Amino acid sequence: MKSALDSLQLLRRHKVVGGELVLTSVDFFVDWARKSSIWPLTFGLACCAIEMMAAYASRYDFDRLGVFPRPTPRQADLLIISGTVVKKMAPAIETLYNQMPEPRFVISMGACSNCGGPYYDSYSVCKGIDKVIPVDIYIPGCPPRPEALQTAVFALQKKIDRYWDAGKRVANPSKPTNEVLKEINVAALKARDA
Amino acid sequence: MAPNPIRPSAVLQGPVFETKIEQVGDHEMLLNLGPQHPSTHGVLRVVLKLDGEVITEAVPDMGYLHRGVEKLAEHRTYPMNIVLSDRNDYLSAMNNNWAFCLAVEKLLKVEIPLRAEYLRVIVGELNRVASHMVFYGTFGIDIGAFTPFLHAFGRDREEILDLFEEMCGARITYNYIRVGGVMLDAPEGWTHRVLQFVERMKPRLVEYDKLLTKNPIFIDRTIGVGLLSAEQAVDLGVTGPILRASGVSLDLRRDHPYGAYNDFQFDVPLGKQGDCYDRFLVRRLEITESLKIVEQACRKFPDGPVMGKVLKMYRPPAGEVYAQVDGPRGWLGSYIVSDGTEKPYRHHIRPPSFINLQALSEIVKGWKMADVVAILGSLDFVLGEVDR
Repeated sequence: MKSALDSLQLLRRHKVVGGELVLTSVDFFVDWARKSSIWPLTFGLACCAIEMMAAYASRYDFDRLGVFPRPTPRQADLLIISGTVVKKMAPAIETLYNQMPEPRFVISMGACSNCGGPYYDSYSVCKGIDKVIPVDIYIPGCPPRPEALQTAVFALQKKIDRYWDAGKRVANPSKPTNEVLKEINVAALKARDA
Repeated sequence: MAPNPIRPSAVLQGPVFETKIEQVGDHEMLLNLGPQHPSTHGVLRVVLKLDGEVITEAVPDMGYLHRGVEKLAEHRTYPMNIVLSDRNDYLSAMNNNWAFCLAVEKLLKVEIPLRAEYLRVIVGELNRVASHMVFYGTFGIDIGAFTPFLHAFGRDREEILDLFEEMCGARITYNYIRVGGVMLDAPEGWTHRVLQFVERMKPRLVEYDKLLTKNPIFIDRTIGVGLLSAEQAVDLGVTGPILRASGVSLDLRRDHPYGAYNDFQFDVPLGKQGDCYDRFLVRRLEITESLKIVEQACRKFPDGPVMGKVLKMYRPPAGEVYAQVDGPRGWLGSYIVSDGTEKPYRHHIRPPSFINLQALSEIVKGWKMADVVAILGSLDFVLGEVDR
């Protein structure tokens, strides 16, 4: 745990008199945990679901990103819309989305769920899942490769991690961490001497 | 919980969850399986009537993936329809391409070069193997074994997809078989790599048998469960491995050969009593047989062109035609009515899964709730094809 957090440079162990002190923000810590274990719902619609299953399987191995499918929406953070959304299915997807606890995220996988795809002029197809539920990430392709789905998960991780903006840390506490630590050290020294 | 900011429009709200079963007795219970359920292999909904643990009635509710392909076909030219056929049965897109192209070729009366016929057989059989690997993996998951999925789906199927990708650039939706032949010739050394794959698969199939076929827990869950007699199967119009598992020896590739199937020697595996285990075993043995065909085709792979003499923009003469192939799920037919224009007047698909699914309510009756998942898995349907 030490190495993972330290590499992000958002959690620093600092030697203070009488022990060690770890400074971070609760928001960061919660987001770090959240983005490292995105649990999608086991929910496949059409052809893209096969590529989604391939992403879970041995070669692409989603588990190493902390992405592990859950069979019920009550335990899921992420809804991957993998396939054509049909008018008959759209209300069921909305129900599933509403059953998921917050915060919840949606990846629209493939041309069909983005905009109707090859079925853009069909009478029965819902032209885009974003007409039904809000979408965080759109993946193009028919079907997208498993790598594309992994890229979408990386993009979602960046989105969840609110302290990161375009790859640059924009954590902005009122004072820089070093100054805060200095004050604590000074306070601790004073307390010891008193 | 914060309200959902975007509401579905009025168009989207139709009769959603109708109860398909009207009469429920005092001691009976209705159970809704799907449309979101890990073991329905897609968006099938089955309404079950239970008497304790025993199923007294099962009504499948389809249409959660109805994309209106047959209507769309009337607005697409023939080459554009091949693209749609990919997405009907997305586990065996090659066989779907093939069925559609066979029908159009019958209308156009085109000569297919021998090399193209051989390529069709190779990719068709490899795709059958890939499809049966998906079945092998997901059926294992249904019963409670996760490892077969990682072996068959994650490792071996990916190797087939690599071969397809090298050939036509796509992993799942190939659009490879075209009217008059195939899209591209095999790259250099491709048949050699296919043969290498076949060799690699031989010891792995032994591994498959150790993992699942001879697994005592798996055998207990499937042998004698979900019986479908030969008479019932024929009456219901069931085709493919499910029919052969009931002991009816009927395979279009052997009995009414299309393409180049006349040139190859292979057996048609048969089941004994038509239970879940037989349906599994027939598919498992079909992997061996398909690899045998692939091996023979690669060994005597002919030279020559891969595309017959077909115009880029063809207009088949007016008339109607029906052609079918024996896909991984059964007889996959394509019925086309042409009025002499570049678009079909009517395109009807005979999806094997849709007709095989009829057997579900017959098989499930009288079995326990836990057996439903095994029976659903053993039917191996693809919802894209069921709903079209």
